[in-house]
Amino acid sequence: MSATAVASPASPLSGAWRRLASQEALLAVAIVGLAIVVGLINPRFLATRNLADILLGNAYIAVAAVGMSMVIISGNIDISVGALIGVLATVSGSLAVAGAPILVSWLVPLVLGVAVMAAQGAIVAYLRIPAIVVTLGMLSILKGGLISVTGGKWITDLPQNFHLADLSLFGVPMPVVIMVLATALAALWMRHSPRGRAIYATGGNPEAARLCGVNPQRTVLMVFALHGLFAGLASLVYATQLRVIQSTTPQGLELTIITAAVVGGVSILGGVGTVVGSTLAAVLIAEITSALVFINVSPYWTDAVRGALILATVIADILRRQRRAARGWKR
Amino acid sequence: MSAAWGTDAAAAPAAPPLEVRDIEKTFPGVRALSGVSFDVRAGEVHALLGENGAGKSTLIKIISGVYEPDGGSILVDGRSVRFSSPDDARRAGVATIYQELLLFPELTVAENIFLGHAPLAGAGRIDWRAMRAEAERLLAALEIDDLSPDQIVSALTVGNRQRVEILRALSHDARILIMDEPTAALTESDVTRLFDVVRRLKRRGVGVVYISHRLDEIFAIADRVTVLRDGAFVGAREVAATNAAELVQMMVGRRIDNLFPKTKAPIGAPVLEARDLVRRPLTKGVSLVVRAGEIVGLAGLVGSGRSELAQTLFGITPSESGDVRLNGESVRIDSPETARAKGVAYVPEDRGVQGLVRPMSVLHNFSLAALGGLSRAGFIDRASERRMAEQGVARFSVKTSSVDEIAGRLSGGNQQKIVLGKWLANNPKLLILDEPTRGIDVGAKAEIHRLMSELAAEGVAILMISSELPEVLGMSDRVLVMREGRLVAEFDRAQATSEAVGAAMMGGTSSPGKAA
Repeated sequence: MSATAVASPASPLSGAWRRLASQEALLAVAIVGLAIVVGLINPRFLATRNLADILLGNAYIAVAAVGMSMVIISGNIDISVGALIGVLATVSGSLAVAGAPILVSWLVPLVLGVAVMAAQGAIVAYLRIPAIVVTLGMLSILKGGLISVTGGKWITDLPQNFHLADLSLFGVPMPVVIMVLATALAALWMRHSPRGRAIYATGGNPEAARLCGVNPQRTVLMVFALHGLFAGLASLVYATQLRVIQSTTPQGLELTIITAAVVGGVSILGGVGTVVGSTLAAVLIAEITSALVFINVSPYWTDAVRGALILATVIADILRRQRRAARGWKR
Repeated sequence: MSAAWGTDAAAAPAAPPLEVRDIEKTFPGVRALSGVSFDVRAGEVHALLGENGAGKSTLIKIISGVYEPDGGSILVDGRSVRFSSPDDARRAGVATIYQELLLFPELTVAENIFLGHAPLAGAGRIDWRAMRAEAERLLAALEIDDLSPDQIVSALTVGNRQRVEILRALSHDARILIMDEPTAALTESDVTRLFDVVRRLKRRGVGVVYISHRLDEIFAIADRVTVLRDGAFVGAREVAATNAAELVQMMVGRRIDNLFPKTKAPIGAPVLEARDLVRRPLTKGVSLVVRAGEIVGLAGLVGSGRSELAQTLFGITPSESGDVRLNGESVRIDSPETARAKGVAYVPEDRGVQGLVRPMSVLHNFSLAALGGLSRAGFIDRASERRMAEQGVARFSVKTSSVDEIAGRLSGGNQQKIVLGKWLANNPKLLILDEPTRGIDVGAKAEIHRLMSELAAEGVAILMISSELPEVLGMSDRVLVMREGRLVAEFDRAQATSEAVGAAMMGGTSSPGKAA
């Protein structure tokens, strides 16, 4: 009987092929390919100094995108993260300038990040208010609150030992260490732990997840809390590499972070994506921004290019799905 | 393509308006159609028969331009054509009426009929009067006198909406009309009126492809019938020259022997004891016992409260009052998590909504309900996870290219097997199945029945809800009948006849009134 076609021997091959054609692999190819092309036009692009700047200056975006990916995979969205990072950076810098122990000025943004995001997660999960509404509200509160409290005054005269980002571990600068560790740990946890799997199940089908013993509400709360932790970490990397912290919220930061997640292959519908993809996408976006400078394109084009990248990714994704559907995948 | 539903086409023995030859279609890991040929003559009703998964849907999607075949040819009036979109098919005169009607509820009958091709009065304005007149003409052509062009579609019954779809197809000068299980949601009187319309279509020379599971309908309306099984062409018959027994034989092959193989299993101590369970509005004081090794069938009409009872037992809608004992231990099941922890498994009725995480792989779906047991130090043991999924795929004969395939891409029967397998990975003591075999093919059905027997033999207590009386009678050691939120009758396997159980389902007091 033909009904018993079990896992065929060809499956490891097709699995490998699928991995090769994955979003992560495409991004890695794009990163290297772009470097080669731009390097041919302007060899200075490939200078170690420039490549390091690209990574160091944007590591915090990748870190925040890790949390954002989790949120989107769980079927939610957060547009308050950019404002939150601004607030946390300001808090951290102010503490350091006020003479708090350095460890305190590093830890408080992490704790505060978790608290703010967990509060939003609780509202989303238990009061069942759409995340876009909740986080839009929080965006305004954080933005307005920050300006009102600080009056837009810059934080200067940061103590020397505040600059976590200037440290390095085995010769690797701290921002890169944090980016790689955050991505790797999150990726392993999401793929291989029950709670990580619960995030995919909740985003893919909350009802089925619930019947399988996953608590979707608790999962959403947990995802937001973790997202807050990564936002705190991102704010730390961001604040400690600056000499001056402008106590405003970075313009459009949340969009850059969401872009990284989406370009990294996270489905905006939830249930699909990886944090490795989002980190690679964050690097690619940073590389593109820098490349534009090196090939003498006005930096004003950066936003347009970023937008085109989002559209290209989403369109590519849709086309891939349509081709699948045209080949047919259901009877 | 010009208008051609005159009768001249039927007169000459010309090439049929639509024919497909040797169609091949393969989906990842599944051959959906192989070497299927099929044709529709002008003015005939050609029924397409086969179980779910036999390839009927795939075939009509190819005829209507939704899918492109991998091999074979499509001929319109004897000329080979290629349908690369539903629009191509429509221009060739092929119209399809799907089970889910595609109407705009807030528009009128006439607007729905002419949506996208309304008669224009110059300057891009819609010629309302002409549109209305055209609609009247179409209604008259099919002798439909109880519909008017100005009615709002949302106020119509399902049967009338379906007739609006038929009119829409005719307004496109359709010569071939495909109807996918048109009677599935109809009342009896609507079916009669539909058949009247179909007969008038025939007289006008329209060829109808009619898909249905119901044999009596095929004998009532069809001229020819083609049977598919497992994606292959089994045979075509003139309806006048065949009978139900032959068609069933063609549909199921020899597998009919495998249906309902409930084997004797020793029946042990009570696993589930529920007393006076109340959960308004549909569970009104239910007491029942299910013992180890026993399959208890729960029969009842739709709306009698069977699924609601199952959901209360599983903690989805926790009971408001009443006691539940599991293996003699008094428990309060207030959430699916508690139920699961106590060894209860539930396979929901609607596997799409409730059972399966479609974007996830087969592997991850299989392990989802068992992750706790598969984990060490907070991480999933990938080797045992994969082993478990591969065993599940083998045990349930899930048709998939690999366990890494996305679950949503498999056929319905295969999805249902995954949902079932996922729960069994947890070694439950009590298994609640809500319509375990609805909408899946006979092969998958027999496998699920075999599995239920196996589980009962292993000492699992099974509570099965089913609307298929033969399934209830064949599989159950005991049959409980539910009506209006209460258990109203109980039968042993020996006493349970379809007459007795059916009578208890309908009830003596409230006779089944005519559906409005």
